[in-house]
Formats: sequence, structure tokens, C-alpha cells
Amino acid sequence: MENILQVKNITMVYPTGVIANKDVSMDVKKNSIHAIVGENGAGKSTLMNVIFGKIHPQEGEVLYKGEKVSFKNPNYAIKAGIGMVHQHLMLAPDLTVAENMILGIEPKKGKIFLDTVNALEITREVSKKYGLDVPVDKKIKDLPIGVRQRVEILKALFRNAELLILDEPTSVLTPQETEILFETLINLKESGKTILFISHKLSEVKRLADTVTVMRDTRVITTRDASDLTEEKIAHLMVGRDINSGRIGEPENPGNIRLAVKDLSYVDDENVQILKDISFDVRAGEILGIAGVEGNGQSELISIITGLLKPADGSVSVDDNNIIGLSPRQIRELKVSHIPEDRMENGVADMASLEENFIVDRYYKSEFSKNGKINWKYIKDYSVDLIKRFNILTQSSKTAAGALSGGNIQKVVVARELSSNPELIIAAQPTRGVDIGSEELIHDLLKKARDDGKAVFLISADLDEILKLSTRIIVIYDGHITKQFTDCSNISGMDLGPYMLGVKMEEGASGKIHS
Amino acid sequence: MSPLLSSIFSTGFAFAILRVMTPLLFPALGVAVSELAGSINISLEGIMLMAAFFGVIVSAFTGSLFLALIAGMAAGVMMGALLAYFHLKMKADIIMGAIALNMFAMGMTIFLLYIFTGDKGSTSSLQSLVFPSIEIPLLKSIPILGEIFSGHNILTYVALLAVPFFYVLMFKTPLGLRIRAVGQNPHAAESVGINVDKIKLYALMLSGFFGSLGGLYLSMGYVSWFSRDMTAGRGFIAIAAATLGGNMPLGVLLSSLLFGFVNSIAIYIASLNVPSELIQMIPYLVTLIALAVFAMRAQRIKNRVGEIQEHFDEDAVKAVVKDVLKTGGES
Repeated sequence: MENILQVKNITMVYPTGVIANKDVSMDVKKNSIHAIVGENGAGKSTLMNVIFGKIHPQEGEVLYKGEKVSFKNPNYAIKAGIGMVHQHLMLAPDLTVAENMILGIEPKKGKIFLDTVNALEITREVSKKYGLDVPVDKKIKDLPIGVRQRVEILKALFRNAELLILDEPTSVLTPQETEILFETLINLKESGKTILFISHKLSEVKRLADTVTVMRDTRVITTRDASDLTEEKIAHLMVGRDINSGRIGEPENPGNIRLAVKDLSYVDDENVQILKDISFDVRAGEILGIAGVEGNGQSELISIITGLLKPADGSVSVDDNNIIGLSPRQIRELKVSHIPEDRMENGVADMASLEENFIVDRYYKSEFSKNGKINWKYIKDYSVDLIKRFNILTQSSKTAAGALSGGNIQKVVVARELSSNPELIIAAQPTRGVDIGSEELIHDLLKKARDDGKAVFLISADLDEILKLSTRIIVIYDGHITKQFTDCSNISGMDLGPYMLGVKMEEGASGKIHS
Repeated sequence: MSPLLSSIFSTGFAFAILRVMTPLLFPALGVAVSELAGSINISLEGIMLMAAFFGVIVSAFTGSLFLALIAGMAAGVMMGALLAYFHLKMKADIIMGAIALNMFAMGMTIFLLYIFTGDKGSTSSLQSLVFPSIEIPLLKSIPILGEIFSGHNILTYVALLAVPFFYVLMFKTPLGLRIRAVGQNPHAAESVGINVDKIKLYALMLSGFFGSLGGLYLSMGYVSWFSRDMTAGRGFIAIAAATLGGNMPLGVLLSSLLFGFVNSIAIYIASLNVPSELIQMIPYLVTLIALAVFAMRAQRIKNRVGEIQEHFDEDAVKAVVKDVLKTGGES
């Protein structure tokens, strides 16, 4: 098979002096699915931006369809037939699907007016041609993220993309949306397109890709047929050492009940019952995992336990203190910590420095401020220590949190939450969108917390994560608990599935050890 | 009926509302264009002052209404372009740039006023022109309607026509689509080859264009001279009107009418024995109240939309999950 794209000896040094690609070479076969894997900061995105003409390397060349190209800007790449689906989708939220599709190449009526009817028609046609269903006249902001991504893919196809670059396309998707995306990508390949996608989820890569390029520390380690590689092998190449992906060992023996939730119900402003009579306990020295399709009440449950929402009924107690009505700070004072599910929304202040983010929940304590004056000198040392201990990649402790990569931002959150010396840890989606190395670190930290006798309540959409870490698992569907698994050593995602979908249900299931 | 009420329920009052609304509607449309482009222009006050001044001066020295119109519009569009230059080329904060332009316009017009007339107060010593008023054939002979809608200055009709013009421009042309796309997600626009800075420049020039008509009306229709600071905060009330109207043509028209109504009331009450300072507060007070009410409503709507969206996602996802399981979840 011929190569649609060849990258030869690319070296890219940013003006700041950071080397992002070092002597990178790679061939992409026409009509294949080619995955580029690597940890955050390995240089994957830089390489994509070089190919797409966003940045220009100091050395090396890019050959597209056998010809040497150097796109002045992405518009030239698009004209040549390269389309990119960014991780943060490039869509205008208040415009319709059709308007987003034709933006920049608008069909006209007369010489002046926009041909809106034709725009809808064009969009329908493209959507039909590639079998990607989208509601053409709906506004983007009213669509789920998976559908938005489909619009983005269609946008590229409409501009005659033959090579489609996807930057971590699954990081924002639920497992089910991911399935649909994969089907789409396979269909596109069969219709003659070439797909180049960045990922750090190995199961995806293994399932989808024909060829895999592994990058580590600004270099290409290898490019091989996917069939020659196992997930473990890819992980090893990516990180440069073995990764432990098996289930963690069982805890010694769990201690006292730290968190007790009893008959909890929540009704939202629209009078929809979100949580129904939820009861469970979390004990010291165990990890209780809660599995469920996202949007079945998990977010509200976390918000209630952390003092951000008030329940309609029921009680929540931490070490026998009723916490309903307490403020988040009062709850934190009970040695509760909270890794929120959306790190950008609730985890960090992205414009604030790491130092400020580290002390945001404890600045008022005598350690950090005296007589109303904050001791920045001490905080700096404190922060540098955290950065070191949690292996956070940053220029300095004064860097804005938003300037770090996703995985490192998550480590900032985890560092803050685990350094407050908590007894109860609420960990929601603790490794969402982070690379393998960071994921392993965070898993180790949670395991260590468990072994140190802390109680951990884990909420995750990633079933592998739930199955790997949980001592016990409860399954939530439509706001109530459908099943409890007390022995998790021998169960798989397939055992959880029916309960997650509410197809099966256990009578009077609850997460309590003693009823 | 009290004299105040009887004058409010007169056709003369309704006529006054349209008259008073005109110099609010133009700049409000100007603000709306800029807001839709994501770069809010708060220099409409300065734009109107400049247009009002140059219109009067050019008409006085050339005797041509057409040249005065061109000069006023050019002054407004130039101000918009200047703001774009500060904001897009020199990377200045657009609010700071606009504040500077407002102060510049205020000083500049007084300075030039003195140069041209030797007076720092107004151009009353000059013989300047005004735009004509128009009696609309047919309509003027209809009893009440005729008295309200006929006989206005031509620019009042232009203002009313500017609303559908704004709608067509923003929602029915490629330029409008691009302006809105740039305002909502500049990266998205950029990614499909749209020159974001160019679109914003156009939007700010359009903003200046709308504003200039408001300024021209003030000095060559509403009254027949230019006086210092004659905009009297209309450029700022226009921001409130645009926001209140959701930057949408009909909304902006309605909110401008509301402010026109309140201003007219203030003018009518002035004939009663009430301290004038109190009366002059009314339009601004209503602006504050209107914005507060609007903000509360917007928050409530936002909450609702957020919830609806959550539910939408949830159902969609569940449907998909079931589908996947049915068609071979084991594969």
C-alpha cells in the first residue's frame, strides 16, 4: 500500500526553548487507521500541528501524497485534503449544525444572501453520504457531545478531507459514544479515507488501529502493525517500563464506618426525582466503587455528600456527624476531601497559580496565614514539595494551573485533596482524560490511602477503573441502587452491564454491609 | 383626568416616544452588532458625538445635506475602525480602547467647536442644516395612526427600517453568519479559514455606521445644532438597550421603545412642579431596574436550559447503550 503521508526527521523547538519533537519520522499508509500513542507531553500534538501547518519545524520535511509540502497555515492543509478534529471541538454553539457545516464556504442566493435552504440540503446530503446521522437544523449547544463530534467529522469530510486527524477523540466521550465513533471511523476507512488518531487509551488503540506509532519523550520509539503488539507491550513502550493493570490486592480488613448515607432522595428544580432512597456505607480501609452510566444521579450524590446540594430527604453522616446543612468548608473540616469530576469546572482555578490552587481550601489555617496575612514564602516551599511528591510537570509553582496538560492539572487536584490528611476521600472520575503514567500514580495513591486506613468512595465512568480498585461495588441506575457486589475479585464489566442499564435489579439492594 | 395622564394618553406623547427613541435605537443596533461579533463596542457615545459634530460643521460650511451625511457616517465608521485598530492590531483591551475613544471624542469635538465657532458651548452661531421631516401620504390622513407615525424626521424612519436591515444582514447573509460565528467561537471560525480580525473589523465599522446615524439625528433632526456632550449618555443607555434586547433586532427595537417611553415621561413630568434633578434620574433608574430584572430572568432561563440539556443527554445516551447491547455488545 502506498503512503499518504510521510514525516521525515522532524525536529521542533518552541521559541521558549522547549524541544517538542526530536528527529521524528513516520509513514502513514493510505486507507488505514493509524494510531499515535504516548503520554502527555510526548510530542503527539506537536507532530499533528506540524502536519496540519499550524507550526513550522526547524528541521525535517512532510510529504503528502508523495510530494513535499509545507502548509503556511491550516487552510492550506484543509485545501490539500487534510482535516482535523480537535479535542476541543471547533463549533459555534449558537449556530445550527448546517450553519456550522457551511461556515466559510457559504452557498449564496443571488450574490448577497445566504442560501439557508441549500445549506440544510447540503448538510443532509453529506450526512447521508457518510452515514453519519446529525440533526441538521438543531443548534450545537443543544446536542450531546458525541453528536457534536460527528458534526466536526462531517465538517472535515465536507471539505473533502482524505486524511482525517483526530486529537484524542474519545477523551470527552462516554463509553457508548465511543462505540459509535469507532463504528464511524471503521466505515470511513472502508470508504477510502485514512484516519490518524491520537490516543492514550490502549484498549482503543488495540481494537481500532492497523498501525501504531509509539512516542515517548519527544521521539518516535517505534511504528508497528497493531497485530504485532499487545496492550501490555504498547504500555511498556509508551512509559518505558511495565505497567500494572491488574486488580489491586484486597485490603486487610475494613474498619469503622466513615460515611453513612441513609434513605437519601433528591428532587431537582424541575420536580424530577434524581435520587431515590439511596443507602450505603463506606468503611475505613476500603474503596467503595459506584458504577453506572453517567447521568444516573452520581453527580447529584457527590454534590450532596460534599455539601454543594441539599437533599429532599434522608441523611448523610461522616463519623456520626450529620453533615446535611453544613457548608463545604465545615464538611472538609471533618477530614473529607473531594476530587471533583470536572477538574476545570470545580477542581482548579485555571488562571490562578499552582500555589494558590494548592492552598485554596486551607489558606486560613495558621500554617499558611498569620494575622490575616498570607505567608507566601512558606507556601512556595509547601507547593514545591507537593509538585515533587506528586510528580507534577510544571515550569514553577507560580505557573497558572490552566497552562498545564490535563493529566498534570488532575495531579494538582489530587495533590491538594490527598495532602489535606483526609480520612474520607470522595474521588469522582479521578483519572478521566489523563495519561497512563498519571493514571497509575493516582491509582497507587488511592490504594495507598486505602491501605493507610482511609475510606475511599470512588465514582467513575471507567468500568476498568472501578473493577481494578473497588473493594465493593454498588451499581446505580436511574437514581437508585440496583445491585451490590461484595466480592469483586471475579466479576467483569459484563456482570455489571445489566444492572447499569436497569435490565436487572436486585430486590432491596443497598450498599450497607449490615442492614 | 390629571393633566399628566391626559398628556400621556395623547397622540403627541406616542409621537414623542418615536422621536426620543431614534437616537437610542441606532446606537443600540451598533452595540448589538459588536456584541454578536464578540467584541463589545462601548464607544457609541463618542461615535455619536463625532458624527453629530461633523454633520453639523460640514452642512454649515458646504450647505450640502448629502455631504453632511457622508461626513457624519465617515466619522462614525472611522471611530469604529480606530477602535478595531487598538483592539485587534495593538491588542489593547477593547473596553479601555473604547473609554479612551469616548474621552477623545468629547475633548476633540469641544476643541474643534472652538476652532470653528469661537464658542465652546454650541454651534448656534452657525447656519447648519437639518434632515427633512416627512409626511407619509395615505397614513397621515388616518386619524390617530397618522398623528403618531406621520411627520417624523426621515432618520426616524431610517431607524425603524434599520431593524429589518439589521436582521437580514446578521441572519441572511454570509457576512452575518461569519460575524456570529466569530462572536461565539473565534477558534471555530478560524479553523475553517475565516479571518477573525477582518470580520471583527467589519463588525466594529458597522457598529460605527449605526452609531453615526444616531449622532446625525441628534444634531440635525432632534435639534438643529451641535452642543458639547449633547449625547448625554445615550451611547451608554444603548448598551443597556442592546443587552436587554438580547442583541436581537426585535428585542433591541422593543427595549429602545421602552427607554424612549421612559425618557418621554421624564420630559412630560418636567412641566410639573417636581425637582428636575429627580426627573432626570428616571431614565437611568429604569435602565438599572430593567437590567436587574433581565439578569434575574436570564439566570432562571439558563438554569432551566442546563437541566433540560442534562436530561436530553441522559436519555440519548441510554438509548444508545441499549442499542449497542442489542446489536452485539459482546463483539
